[in-house]
Amino acid sequence: MPSDKSSARKSRPRELADESLRGGAKKWRLRLYVAGNTPNSIAAFANLKEICEKHMGGRYQIEVVDLLENPTLAKGDQIVAIPTLVRKLPFPVKKIIGDLSNRERVLVGLDLKPANGS
Amino acid sequence: MARARRQTSSLELLKTPTGISGLDNVTDGGLPRGRTTLIAGSAGSGKTLVGMEFLIRGAEVYNEPGVAMTFEETAEEIAQNLASLGHDVNQLVREKKLFIDYVHVERRQIEETGEYDLEGLFIRLDHAIKSIKAKRVLLDTIEVLFSGLRNEAIVRSELRRLFRWLKDRNVTAIITAEAGDNTFLTRHGLEEYVADCVIVLDHRVNEQISTRRIRVVKYRGSTHGTNEYPFLINETGISVVPITALGLNHKASSERVSSGVAGLDEMLGGEGFFRASSVLVTGTAGTGKSSIAASFVNAACQRGERALYFAFEESESQILRNMKSLGMPLEKWIKRGLLQIHSVRPTTMGLENHLATIFKQIDDYKPSVVAVDPITNLISVGTTISVKAMLTRLIDLLKSHQITAMFTNLSFSGSENEVTSTEISSLMDAWVSLNEVDIDGVRQRAVYVLKARGMSHSNRVHRFTISDKGIQIEDSVQAEERVS
Repeated sequence: MPSDKSSARKSRPRELADESLRGGAKKWRLRLYVAGNTPNSIAAFANLKEICEKHMGGRYQIEVVDLLENPTLAKGDQIVAIPTLVRKLPFPVKKIIGDLSNRERVLVGLDLKPANGS
Repeated sequence: MARARRQTSSLELLKTPTGISGLDNVTDGGLPRGRTTLIAGSAGSGKTLVGMEFLIRGAEVYNEPGVAMTFEETAEEIAQNLASLGHDVNQLVREKKLFIDYVHVERRQIEETGEYDLEGLFIRLDHAIKSIKAKRVLLDTIEVLFSGLRNEAIVRSELRRLFRWLKDRNVTAIITAEAGDNTFLTRHGLEEYVADCVIVLDHRVNEQISTRRIRVVKYRGSTHGTNEYPFLINETGISVVPITALGLNHKASSERVSSGVAGLDEMLGGEGFFRASSVLVTGTAGTGKSSIAASFVNAACQRGERALYFAFEESESQILRNMKSLGMPLEKWIKRGLLQIHSVRPTTMGLENHLATIFKQIDDYKPSVVAVDPITNLISVGTTISVKAMLTRLIDLLKSHQITAMFTNLSFSGSENEVTSTEISSLMDAWVSLNEVDIDGVRQRAVYVLKARGMSHSNRVHRFTISDKGIQIEDSVQAEERVS
């Protein structure tokens, strides 16, 4: 059952990705805000990595920002909750908070799946 | 001795003065130091302003830098709002006395998936506090988190953690919250987390006249006034009118102050009123109440004392012109800075606002003599009970500042207003009544002293005249008698 669903999802994001390709290779730029090595942050990174591999092929870049080391960076992206994933590219900027354990919602949040599909 | 005193005070609850005029009286010294105070109020009740003024006064007056974490207004908006009250927020920010962090949480832009906490908020606040070594913190209005985030359980547990965290940082904090319905003080029940001090702001409109009120609902470990106190937001910020609930423990002065009318002083045991006493002057229309009040003020200026004249019927220029014709050079006193006249229509604001304005001006100008002419017009904007309550507060304030005050009150022909006068007169130390009497078919002005606490005074009705020589009291028809 899970394999069926994931293959269905796989095709859809490709379509979306192709649409927004336009002027060149589409690239995903993602930034994950964490605060030290908390269980939530570790889970979020693992979940994110898996989703990216599955849905973005090799065309993604994940930047992890540890706010304990760089507290001033919290302001720019208006970070309140930890962990927070910010999709910097493609536009528009999107924000997803939590450990990204709910795959469905993450995909909706990243526009990899239409919101009404959930 | 000094050491012993310090030891006892360390056991007491330490307080952080807000620097907001009047609020420190009401809270008996300020907010609990190192603790969090909740300020609840509906939209537009002045929560943000109280919080920001707490920070600004802290930075400007007490050398305590402050952090404002705002959830509704941007730093630019706050700077603009406070600029109209004469504060240069940006300057304070540049001087590292103030740090403003605008936190924007918009539910529509955020997808939630799985477990999270609000560590980002803690990190931002921690960074802000450390970067300017803040002693004061304002969180305005943190409840926005409830609408911005879906998981209420997380928000609640994180807020609980935040308040503990603030306490550990030993900062004196204010958090603001929307007023709730009857069951809860605040919409999201934040009072549950803040146990030390809770203040409620209220903004009521009665008959098109708005009044702001403040009340300390709770203050653990401290005495505080429990009444509702009116407060003002004017061009210099907030001022709360403390009800000097200190009661009747004013120092009674035996020093005497001239009424400005030689003959009247004569009637008052030859020396005039007691300093810091309150004097009521009643009379029907045209009997010369304002002239008596002006003489009283004029005499104070002649002695080189400052006087404040509140006029609720006439404009300043009208008063100056009229009194000039009686030989009183009030204009000269104004130029010398000994006199200020405040003319205002009573109906432009509520009773409390009038009181607050009067308080503010007394506080700013520090006069030794005050005239209110007439209080009758204030009665038109309040009920007798509220007028009396207001006058009680005003008189308490005046006495505690050793200010001698004269209030005029219009009585209507006959005794229609007798009740009001009697109500008010119980608060007064002396009562001078002006009348028009028919003597041998001629209408003449007459004055008599109805009461004068603590002094022997004339019990005779005296004729008097008002002319370019001023007010002249003539002998009473019969021989002088005195009562004590």
